[in-house]
Amino acid sequence: MTMLDVEIGNIKLRRLLALCRKESAQIVRDPSSILIAFVLPVILLLIFGFGINLDANTVRIGLVVEDTGAEARRFAQVLEGSRYFDVVHDSSRQHARTLLAAGEIRGMVVIASDFSAKVRQGKGAAAIQVLTDGAEPNTANFLGSYMEGAWQTWLGQRSIDAGQTPPPLAELSARYWFNPSTVSRNFLLPGSISVIMTIIGALLTSLVIAREWERGTMESLLATPVSRMELLLSKILPYYVLGIFAMALCVVMATLIIGVPYRGSLLALFVVGSLFLGSSLGLGLFLSTTMRNQLMAAQAALTAAFLPATMLSGYVFEISSMPWPVQLASYFIPARYFVSALQTLFQAGDIWPILAINAAFLLASSIFWLGLTVLKFGRRLDD
Amino acid sequence: MSPVANADPSPHGNDIAIVIADLQQQFGARPALCGIDGTVRRGCITGLVGPDGAGKTTLIRIIAGLLKPSSGTVQVEGLDPIVDSVKLHEIVGYMPQKFGLYEDLTVLENLRLYADLRNVTGTAREASFKRLLQFTDLARFTERLAGKLSGGMRQKLGLACTLLGTPKVLLLDEPSVGVDPISRRELWHMVSELAGAGMAVVWSTSYLDEAELCSDVLLMHAGKLEYAGVPRALMESMRGRSIQLRHIEGNQRHVLQRALRQPEVIDGVIQGAALRLVLRRAGERPDLAGLDAGASAQMVDVEPRFEDAFIDILGGGPGGDSVLAEHTREARLPAGVDPLAVISAKALTRRFGDFIATDHVEFSVKRGEIFGLLGPNGAGKSTIFKMMCGLLAPSEGTASVMGIDLKKSASRARRELGYMAQKFALYGNLTVAQNLDFFSGIYGLQGHAQRTMIQSMIKVFALTPFLSTQANELPLGFKQRLALSCSIMHQPPLLFLDEPTSGVDPITRREFWTHINGLVDKGVTVMVTTHFMDEAEYCDRIGLVYHGRIIASGTPDELKESARTSAAENVTMEEAFIRLVQRNDVAAQEAA
Repeated sequence: MTMLDVEIGNIKLRRLLALCRKESAQIVRDPSSILIAFVLPVILLLIFGFGINLDANTVRIGLVVEDTGAEARRFAQVLEGSRYFDVVHDSSRQHARTLLAAGEIRGMVVIASDFSAKVRQGKGAAAIQVLTDGAEPNTANFLGSYMEGAWQTWLGQRSIDAGQTPPPLAELSARYWFNPSTVSRNFLLPGSISVIMTIIGALLTSLVIAREWERGTMESLLATPVSRMELLLSKILPYYVLGIFAMALCVVMATLIIGVPYRGSLLALFVVGSLFLGSSLGLGLFLSTTMRNQLMAAQAALTAAFLPATMLSGYVFEISSMPWPVQLASYFIPARYFVSALQTLFQAGDIWPILAINAAFLLASSIFWLGLTVLKFGRRLDD
Repeated sequence: MSPVANADPSPHGNDIAIVIADLQQQFGARPALCGIDGTVRRGCITGLVGPDGAGKTTLIRIIAGLLKPSSGTVQVEGLDPIVDSVKLHEIVGYMPQKFGLYEDLTVLENLRLYADLRNVTGTAREASFKRLLQFTDLARFTERLAGKLSGGMRQKLGLACTLLGTPKVLLLDEPSVGVDPISRRELWHMVSELAGAGMAVVWSTSYLDEAELCSDVLLMHAGKLEYAGVPRALMESMRGRSIQLRHIEGNQRHVLQRALRQPEVIDGVIQGAALRLVLRRAGERPDLAGLDAGASAQMVDVEPRFEDAFIDILGGGPGGDSVLAEHTREARLPAGVDPLAVISAKALTRRFGDFIATDHVEFSVKRGEIFGLLGPNGAGKSTIFKMMCGLLAPSEGTASVMGIDLKKSASRARRELGYMAQKFALYGNLTVAQNLDFFSGIYGLQGHAQRTMIQSMIKVFALTPFLSTQANELPLGFKQRLALSCSIMHQPPLLFLDEPTSGVDPITRREFWTHINGLVDKGVTVMVTTHFMDEAEYCDRIGLVYHGRIIASGTPDELKESARTSAAENVTMEEAFIRLVQRNDVAAQEAA
């Protein structure tokens, strides 16, 4: 009697190992699973790391100066000197509006003809018109606040020029914690790791049981002494390992190549990663078990796992700004907790209270989906 | 030497391995098995025989513990398949219809997996691998991926995997489907060797000629058991009732029609130039004069076949007159089309990368002729077929129908032909009426012409009670009728049939061919692909397809003649096929 003959309940180690070995050989030989597990993460990370950027670095604006006075010229210079603006001079409002409508500029700034006069009377601000392209709210917001900044700069400059100290009004000094330079990729990348893990967890496994039904291998397997738990474990374990490897690859790439800081501990990452994998593997296997058809199972996995993970996990779209029914729905999306845990681990470190809550929800979701799969997975063709 | 150890013989001298009692299975409202009783003995092959849809697979799955029966009991070596399922899986080897080999694992990896699952380890494992690989002749291919094996080799590997752990009971669900005749024989020999060593074997099949080889049969039809016992006894009961009508002058199809009108005849089929008839009572032959088969025609007694007995149980075959033919107009050839080459292939070649699927194939089909392409799965029949329908462009050579080159105007040529695909390419979730509407519409029928044609199809094929039934709910025979009607509503002068009657019951097959014969009488030209030897007998001429080439062609009688040796006077189509293929292989080896 060797180790392999050990039996725990109705799980025999030899059979379990044989099934896992078979599953792994299939993973290695099937180019699509390698593609999904290793190539896709790299591509996605590169896109999120370098391609997508929610920070507007330079905004192209149209500037119409109708006032010929010195004050107006100086304000125009402030705008031109700013690194946030790419200024296009325009002779008429009419033309600038056309450019704005055509999307060639993101906003237009009009310095009206009475600007210098108003400034001298102390009412200058009223004479600057800022029009922004509301079709891109993000950029419009940026433009609004940048203009505000430019105006403050100009006011300060003007006081210094006049030999006065700047008016000691209330001063706003913003400091961003955890992501001091407010680089969007620092919070996008951890979130995208959760999307990648969802794909590996749910999409890959949604195919594997259905494939056995379609190819008729399930019927042959069921006719052998193999037990239900052995079959299920052989579907979970290899994909769990694959998922952990893919996660490691993502983290290494994000930190070493893209340069996103990681502040948490690896142990915490491993624990929440495993819990999340449990839940998405469970979901994928459940779909695969119920559908017995690869195409349907993959489509269901896409709708039930991938889309919510992208849209409702809060990794791009702020959950707090969603309407309340959608916010409520997001509580049922495991990716939401994984995103929160990952963003915490990357940007803040091991903040145990946050991690613990997220881990608890992930654990509950894993138990739910894996449990459902166990209940649903029968040992006969008719159950 | 036996490839597996002796399954232990019963101590009580009782050799019954499986007992089935009053077994019922209901799927929804549809009864799949109604009250089956039967036994399976150790040490022999029990044939589970019947057409598709008879309930064979359901019965085997119940014996294998994979389905729970609605009522009734099964005992497999004293075990209840559901209650004692764990013990059952240890002693039963089950090979499903589509045996689940892992195509991305090698031969050896597949064997190892099943060895581990069946707990075959250590030296016993090495020994059984060696024995099974030798037994199945797969030793040379251990490193090959299972997906790259031929159909025959795949079945052998499936069998090898099933045999690991030396089951006491072996359940084989249609092991010979999709296997060429040579591999089919090898498979049969292997399994009979196993049975000889004491194993109980259930071999399910829709080929009635395989039933003749079994020690016992359970003959099923539409969920009912029609006969249980020794096939020979059943065939003996038909002695004197099976005759052959030879040396016919004139059209043998017309003689068949006349023969089937005689009250003495309950069934008849074409066998090359001759007819095979089954009589209502032994010795009471029909009057030769009434058959109008010519002066030299003669009737001789022949060995009864299992199929004759099956037809007799089912109450005799259908009549020989086709209502369809009465509703079909004469198919005329447009001016300029050579009536001797309505369909023609010249040096037709198709390559897929390095692989030559079709290699310089030549044939031409006359107006009103039935031409068959006969060959095992994977021989290249479908590739030829697709090129003849204009669905696939040839790499070299030309394919033409009705004088139209398919390379130049495939869609014009397709209007001239009706096509009936192997697996009923009907819309399963449309009703019969909707299918008829749709298919007549896509073939360009409209208005009054469309309505008239649909009405005549409904009348000819007796579809009235099923008009609002979904196509996939239809009984198999009616599916077949609907498929045929959908492919001929535009009254094509050419009809292409892809494995039209494999797996269907003999009555439905006869009905189908009666219609085809009726169409041929009206000048329709028919091309058939089949791997099914019986179907080949209906053809006027056959091209034998093997490894992408036509290695022999001629009438069924000519092919049988060319394979005849002094040792074998009467060769069947299958024996002729095997001889010709072997002869070809030898020639190919000598050339190399």
